[in-house]
Amino acid sequence: MKLPGRSAGGWFLAAVLGLPGCILSRGDDAARSAAPVIIGSKQFTESVVLGELAASLVRASGTPAEHRSQLGGTQVLWNALLRGEIDCYPEYTGTLEQEILKQKGVRGEAELRRELASQGVVMSRPLGFNDTYALGMKPARARRLGIRSISDLRQHPELRFGFTNEFMDRADGWPGLKARYALPQEDVRGLDHDVAYRGLDADTIDVTDLYSTDADISYYGIRTLQDDLHYFPVYDAVWLIRADLNARAPAAVAALTALEGRIDANAMAAMNGRAKIHRVPEPRVAADFLALNLGLTVVPEEQGPASRILRRTEEHLGLVALSLSAALCVALPLGILAARRPGLGALVLAATGVLQTIPSLALLVFMIPILGIGAPPAVAALFLYSLLPIVRNTHAGLTGIPAPLRESAEALGLSARARLWRVELPLASPSILAGVKTSAVINVGTATLGAVIGAGGYGQPILTGIRLDNVGLILEGAVPAALLAVAVQALFGGIERGVVPLGLRLAHKD
Amino acid sequence: MLSLRSVSKTFGQTPAVRDVDLDFKPHTTTVLIGASGCGKSTLLRLALGLVTPDRGSVLLDEELLDAKSAPLLRRRMGYVIQDGGLFPHLDARSNVGLMAGYLRWEGERTKRRILELARLTRFPEEGLDRFPVQLSGGQRQRVGLMRALLLDPEVLLLDEPLAALDPLVRAELQDGLREIFRDLGKTVVLVTHDLAEAAFFGDRIVLLRDGSVLQSGALRDLIDTPADEYVSRFVRAQRTLHVPGVEVTP
Repeated sequence: MKLPGRSAGGWFLAAVLGLPGCILSRGDDAARSAAPVIIGSKQFTESVVLGELAASLVRASGTPAEHRSQLGGTQVLWNALLRGEIDCYPEYTGTLEQEILKQKGVRGEAELRRELASQGVVMSRPLGFNDTYALGMKPARARRLGIRSISDLRQHPELRFGFTNEFMDRADGWPGLKARYALPQEDVRGLDHDVAYRGLDADTIDVTDLYSTDADISYYGIRTLQDDLHYFPVYDAVWLIRADLNARAPAAVAALTALEGRIDANAMAAMNGRAKIHRVPEPRVAADFLALNLGLTVVPEEQGPASRILRRTEEHLGLVALSLSAALCVALPLGILAARRPGLGALVLAATGVLQTIPSLALLVFMIPILGIGAPPAVAALFLYSLLPIVRNTHAGLTGIPAPLRESAEALGLSARARLWRVELPLASPSILAGVKTSAVINVGTATLGAVIGAGGYGQPILTGIRLDNVGLILEGAVPAALLAVAVQALFGGIERGVVPLGLRLAHKD
Repeated sequence: MLSLRSVSKTFGQTPAVRDVDLDFKPHTTTVLIGASGCGKSTLLRLALGLVTPDRGSVLLDEELLDAKSAPLLRRRMGYVIQDGGLFPHLDARSNVGLMAGYLRWEGERTKRRILELARLTRFPEEGLDRFPVQLSGGQRQRVGLMRALLLDPEVLLLDEPLAALDPLVRAELQDGLREIFRDLGKTVVLVTHDLAEAAFFGDRIVLLRDGSVLQSGALRDLIDTPADEYVSRFVRAQRTLHVPGVEVTP
């Protein structure tokens, strides 16, 4: 099992949360020099392709590299870089100015470099293409309405806009655009980037935001509207590299800079198209580009489906086993405490209940500032999720023991501890086990979301499948996850025969 | 032997036991009787420390029963409730031997003691490996009694032990129980709402009403010199069986 992550604070919290820290710890400092260079990428195809290019370049320079693909949005990647969880990721100058360093009000490459250096980050020269935002429509509809530029949209308030969630929220996205062009449209909703294209194609929305190197522009035959008021800033693609990488792996940094100015917009759009539309794996796309343009021979790391699924299974089981056993160690005593002290019990049940109401995606993201990215925050979130069913069923099982039986045990002269172990817990065991089973099944399902923050598991192919609109890949994650849930159910059937006393099972049959 | 001194207990707003003084002499059987809710079961639970008195004290051989002394003192008292109060997850043998395991008796000693008790209570030996759900009501009651007798306690407290049984089994167990009480010479306190049963077992009958002792004495005293109108009514309410040509009296 592989458990990435480097933040010392994160390990501390993991230990506090009751996770078996010894399993998680990796002896970081000793392994630092031999540790691979970690490349990150955002949750869209161009970023993943660039990440693959970076990883291939570093490997070709003789330095081991690891690509943590589709980790999430800008903030996740930026913070992961600052914390040293990743060493390098592809970013855009416009995003740096408008989003990441907005508070500092930096303008221009020189200022940007200075500000980044003060935070321990080095910015490469532009890679060669400007992937700015654009707005797009279906050409037939645009022609009929006579729309050529964004200003023309003002005349058609009835148009339905569907924007990516990030574009909706970013200061340099929809809010600013709406203000600059005084756009009147009311029907504006947030969508996933890939869903937006399909929505446009199916006429459920009229206008969406695009990246100017999107493969889908030509694939779906989309017209890009002219930014006649020059609202969108320049989004030159660059590498962001941790300053300390130069000391650790100078060859890797040199290899990365070899790509400066080498990818023009057409080349990038072509690579995006191969990955997204022709479903060529990103490592292969990257390898072909490097062979053609830099004369580098890179053997892409291609895994067969079997070994891929095996690796995902290991990751998934790791997340589930660790979080569930930690939850069991904490929830069982909590449930016993709640049953013994009714006042405290109400508090414990309420607190674990509140945890359960936090949407799982939100809980995962809350964990990032504390535990960084990768498996530790996912395990912590799954741990918190698994508490309630076990606590509640332990409490219910113990308080549900008939008073005459409880008193009979007491009247015998058994100590409180002996009553708990010899009478109360065995009597509550069917209820407790049902709680653990519920937790386990919820856990298996929720763990698929762990991929969103780089924890791997069955969620990884699902995430990639959604990004590439590839049902086969989605099933590659969804089917094993469902099978695992069924297997967990069956496993607990077996455990029940071992844990629940025969006398109780006979009694339940009556 | 066992004494309750000015014991009172209130549950919420309802007084369950009011200022009760009772002494249970060694080797005698006392029956607590009264209508439902008169506090007779609560008295037993007070005697065991399952319920803590608001006022007054419980003494076993002059030793005060409190939270600290209760676990040890309880081992000198056996407690039997309706339907045996057996733990469903343990078979008959493990139910009876639970305390032996806890006190780390040797296996051979436990085995011998359980067989001895099975013979005493006329419980079939092969039934020892069955679970409570696999036993009849009368058998469960016998196992409950065996469990109470395991440590050979001086005091035996029984809370309506026969209430859940059909008449034939009940009559058989009544005979068996009385024999055991006499043979073992225990200090017995038995709770029932049936005057005939009370008369059958009791050297002394204690009639309770609303948590207070109304009258205490032999059945004859209750009939001949009732303390008040309620005692007479209670005694009269236990009907004699009238069948033409046959006379059955309690």
